[in-house]
Amino acid sequence: MTVLVLAEQTGGQPDELSLQAVAFARSLFPDRPVHALLVGEAQAVAAAASLPVATAYVAEVEGSYAPAAWATAAAELLDRLQADSLIAPGSDRGNEVLAHVACRLDLPFAANCVAATPGEPIRLTRVRWGGSLLEEALLHAPITILSVAPHAVAASPPGRPQAVETFQPALAAADLAVRVVGRVEPAGTGVSLAEAKVVVSGGRGVGSAEGFAVIEELASLLGGAVGCSRAVTSAGWRPHRDQVGQTGTKIAPDLYIACGISGATQHMAGCKGAKRILAINSDPEAPILASADYAVIGDLHEIVPAISAEIRRVQGR
Amino acid sequence: MRVLVCVKRVPMTGGRIVLTPDQREIETRHLGFTVSPHEECAVEEAVRLIETHGGESVVLTLGPPQAEEQLRDAMAIGVDRAIHLVTDGEEWDPQATAAAIVEAIEVERRVGGDFDLYLFGNESADAGNYQVGIRVAYSLGLPVVTGVKALAVEGDRLRLEREAGAARDLYEVPLPAVVTVLEGINLPRYPSVPGRMRAQRKPIASSTPVRPTPRLEKVRLVVPESQRKEAEILGHGPQAAPRVVELLAELGVLP
Ligand SMILES: Cc1cc2nc3c(=O)[nH]c(=O)nc-3n(C[C@H](O)[C@H](O)[C@H](O)COP(=O)(O)OP(=O)(O)OC[C@H]3O[C@@H](n4cnc5c(N)ncnc54)[C@H](O)[C@@H]3O)c2cc1C
Ligand SMILES: Nc1ncnc2c1ncn2[C@@H]1O[C@H](COP(=O)(O)O)[C@@H](O)[C@H]1O
Repeated sequence: MTVLVLAEQTGGQPDELSLQAVAFARSLFPDRPVHALLVGEAQAVAAAASLPVATAYVAEVEGSYAPAAWATAAAELLDRLQADSLIAPGSDRGNEVLAHVACRLDLPFAANCVAATPGEPIRLTRVRWGGSLLEEALLHAPITILSVAPHAVAASPPGRPQAVETFQPALAAADLAVRVVGRVEPAGTGVSLAEAKVVVSGGRGVGSAEGFAVIEELASLLGGAVGCSRAVTSAGWRPHRDQVGQTGTKIAPDLYIACGISGATQHMAGCKGAKRILAINSDPEAPILASADYAVIGDLHEIVPAISAEIRRVQGR
Repeated sequence: MRVLVCVKRVPMTGGRIVLTPDQREIETRHLGFTVSPHEECAVEEAVRLIETHGGESVVLTLGPPQAEEQLRDAMAIGVDRAIHLVTDGEEWDPQATAAAIVEAIEVERRVGGDFDLYLFGNESADAGNYQVGIRVAYSLGLPVVTGVKALAVEGDRLRLEREAGAARDLYEVPLPAVVTVLEGINLPRYPSVPGRMRAQRKPIASSTPVRPTPRLEKVRLVVPESQRKEAEILGHGPQAAPRVVELLAELGVLP
């Protein structure tokens, strides 16, 4: 029995999350051949050469991303290889394409798994509530379709496949009915929330849109980005693109400074990748203190400007 | 135009999740309930579309009798009526959920006509299966776009935007279509008091479908080993600033 991993690439290199999916597949089925599938054109062929699998297949599909076309390619290859597992990264596209394949084949699909044990049925552990809770589940299906939660396992280092093979999947017109028809490039050039090394975030405790001036000042002194909680976006104080959490952006900065944020599980789901968390909160009992490394207790409207002033002082600015 | 929007009742967990003794559910005795923020935005989008284009919006849920609360919440901000597929509280797997929703849509089609647009959350708040909307689209033979952050109706077509890294991908699909949305597509309004009163009188059609054997079968829930920490208190009030800046220097984040 063989295993197929649906992989994604950027600029001719396999994505980190796809290499994590390869690692997951190889550790789940150490005795079986693990193949991979990339969909696309020249860049997909280039990325195939860096996938550490048995055969890296490239389904030649011209043009932009079309989820149903990717699903057709995957279903066709599954059938040809008589594979009994299809594994993809738990990315936007990975989850979307696997759901399409599962619909085609009338099979269940388990999204965002962190562990699995082979058997009949296969037993798996998957993420709920954006990672605040885990679920142990059984997948009753002749073909296992699952995605791998981001950062659940370490990625396989890129490596040469034993073979690369290209093929043209038999696409129907309907497979291309939904596809990317254009792109809007970002306007801003500031530090992006997802990539910033330091994020200074404000919650309901900031009190108003204007109150964010002190948060912005500290973020800019540290060359970081401004974040916020959902209480803040719901109140209209900040745009949703600043929201950290389960339904906002997931971040992994070196330092996360959470000001006036209580630490709800859905907020922490977005910042648990931070190396260090500093909480500034007036309530010494706030739940965030149980996940923070450091805390300052008191009014953020006094503390945050004092920190900014001190930074200016030590830097002689 | 006619829009159907699907929501799922979930507990509003606070700073810590506590499980029931059998570990199959979250202990909800002291918790309120809500729907996913993505679904709140789907409801708001449905209401705005009907305000602009005229027609009817309908909210649907598969859930326990108490999920009527989430249907009334949606009707309080302007949805016209509701469909309640009543369960005994046991969660349904995503395939069964989609099948029940499709069956309810077929019933609607027989009596009230077709919907032009079906709105879902990109993923449910609790289970996060990332698939119910896609499954419904397949069963209905309709195009589906997921993860949508901007939606515009242009004649009989939809123009949609979805985030792709820092950029946005554009999609165009004909109606009828299925769209799964993300929080941020709009800023949902708060229900008004008259809105809440009106919602009490809006109709809910309920039925009781039979739960099939799950193919993705939940066995138990586990609260992940939290790296529960004892935060080091750096100080109280603005006097803590020098200690904080020392720490910033230690961590190497002072530019
Ligand atoms: C399915 C779902 C998804 C969600 N997704 C997200 C998400 O992505 N991101 C998110 O953030 N939330 C999310 N939430 C909401 C989350 O549950 C909380 O409601 C929210 O995070 C609370 O925001 P907050 O901490 O700013 O507000 P609160 O919980 O009200 O906390 C305010 C804090 O500020 C402190 N404070 C008040 N005044 C001061 C002051 N002057 N100085 C210092 N401290 C002060 C208080 O002690 C308190 O700890 C989600 C909820 C659900 C149900
Ligand atoms: N029990 C349910 N009742 C109504 N809609 C649901 C239900 N479960 C899921 N959905 C819808 O399907 C979306 C995706 O759910 P999921 O596939 O579980 O992540 C949700 O955001 C809802 O819009």
